Amino acid sequence: MTETVSRPVGARQVPLPLDVEAIRADFPILSRTVRDGKRLVYLDSGATSQKPTSVLDAERWFYENVNAAPHRGAHQLAEEATAAYEAARTTIGAFIGAPENEVVFTRNSTEAINLVAYALSNAATAKEPEFRRYAVGQGDEIVVTEMEHHANLLPWQQLCERTGATLRWLGLTDDGRLDLSDLATVVNERTKLVAVTQQSNILGTINPLGDIVARAREVGALVLVDGAQSVPHQRVDVTELGADFLVFSGHKMLGPTGVGVLWGRYDVLDALPPFLTGGSMIEVVRMEGSTFMPPPQRFEAGVPMTAQVIGLAAAAEYLQRLGMDAVQAHEEALTEYALAELQAIPGVTVIGPPDTVARGGAISFTVEGVHPHDVGQVLDDLGIAVRVGHHCAWPVVRRYGVPATTRATFYVHTGYDDVDALVEGVREAQRFFGVAPSEVK
Amino acid sequence: MQLQSMYQDIILDHYRNPHGRGLRDPFEAEVHHVNPTCGDEVTLRVHLEGETIADVSYEGMGCSISQASVSAMYDLVIGKSVTEAMHTGEQFMTLMQSKGNATVAEELEDDLEDAVAFAGVSKYPARVKCALMSWMALKDASARALSTTNEAN
Ligand SMILES: Cc1ncc(COP(=O)(O)O)c(C=O)c1O
Repeated sequence: MTETVSRPVGARQVPLPLDVEAIRADFPILSRTVRDGKRLVYLDSGATSQKPTSVLDAERWFYENVNAAPHRGAHQLAEEATAAYEAARTTIGAFIGAPENEVVFTRNSTEAINLVAYALSNAATAKEPEFRRYAVGQGDEIVVTEMEHHANLLPWQQLCERTGATLRWLGLTDDGRLDLSDLATVVNERTKLVAVTQQSNILGTINPLGDIVARAREVGALVLVDGAQSVPHQRVDVTELGADFLVFSGHKMLGPTGVGVLWGRYDVLDALPPFLTGGSMIEVVRMEGSTFMPPPQRFEAGVPMTAQVIGLAAAAEYLQRLGMDAVQAHEEALTEYALAELQAIPGVTVIGPPDTVARGGAISFTVEGVHPHDVGQVLDDLGIAVRVGHHCAWPVVRRYGVPATTRATFYVHTGYDDVDALVEGVREAQRFFGVAPSEVK
Repeated sequence: MQLQSMYQDIILDHYRNPHGRGLRDPFEAEVHHVNPTCGDEVTLRVHLEGETIADVSYEGMGCSISQASVSAMYDLVIGKSVTEAMHTGEQFMTLMQSKGNATVAEELEDDLEDAVAFAGVSKYPARVKCALMSWMALKDASARALSTTNEAN
């Protein structure tokens, strides 16, 4: 193997924008120990983030004080629960620059994407003519990219299988970026929707959405942006994005599990039939047939995950207090340092952009001679939580010819000490498996 | 450090110098198993002579535990009848479910030979699947091999 990266002369530790010690005090879980008394070094926020006290308190406040089913019942608790639920919608909408009537609550990003995919196939058979505008069928094309999380790939594969549409995709370059050289042919007049991630959960790449959105506009295709890894880590404003849909998960942005968001342009949402049907989304119900509420209620069948939504609003407020630009700058400083330190270890190869240009804080790497599972096991023994495997992006690891990777992800409580622990842990894994640089033949 | 309890020297030896690796002819059945949570893979062939497992050949990629497990399994099952091998597989499964209980490991030591070294893995639920993958593949391949040889008879 050729070493293309030379050892940097001492990785830089610029002062971090966020006060890591103060922030850590907000996260109760960070004070526990793991594996026989070791400090928890949590580098798996990309899978799910830890929760600050204010989020936990918000959920508890809801259950202790106002718990009731929102939008049902006329008693005081129901009124207060509805008000709290809708106020949270406003807060979460504001976090991404959206009005509240464009914010739909789902279980997570996965469900939000499935909602859109099923709405597009349901559109083909809708009895209401106004719901057929975006129907997908034979001859139509859906475009994704090779770096999508399975959550933004399988729903589209399945949509194509249901409708006879064709799935096409943009490939990747060797340095972990989207290959846009054939954008103009892959996205064409037959394209109905382009689904693309803003930040790759495995490569860390931040994609040039502007180019993709512009091309989609030219051909009249819808654009869905997977914001599961971007909304938690950078400022995202839907008015600047130019897309039609944005999805993200509460649990990856300091919020509770069980709540995600589908943002949709109102006129687009309004032209879509429902995905799930039942209570809370209807206008008039008769045995012969029913009519539905306008968005967002049309897409929120059943009693919603009210406490989680309240908790997510608290998470958005927490992030807002830190400032999303500061959050991004914080992670960028850590990423720059970690990339330099990791790539300075002989045998370590970063899968993804090697520098911080248009890059987030997900760092995937391989260690020559040590399988990622074994790297993860040694790190775990040291109290360091990382993710190993294909990261629900199997085509990506296949594209780069590795069976799996080890992935570290950063967040607001991550400091240089965490990165140092990781780097030392990787060296320990090399020593343990007898492939430490000095022992390499 | 707890690591040594999982990564016994026997395991690391099998990992570095796997026994019986490579795909060989003849064979009556070939299966391909993957561990969907991590992408580990094994392709495994079984060659029977009558009821006896004459050869198990394999290729795969995966972590040290999955690779060492298939190597230790190879040593254990060659020359055994399919029924005996499946019994050994069940004993290995028992070991993997023992959550590090030393008594279980001691009871199985004579039967499982090198494979008893995997006792430490049973303390790590996420890794148990790595150790079991090759045994699942063997079970699958043996059943298929038996049915093809039965059809041929
Ligand atoms: C880029 C990306 N998209 C989608 C998802 C799916 O999110 P969830 O599992 O919360 O639905 C994830 C995370 O798992 C992700 O990283």
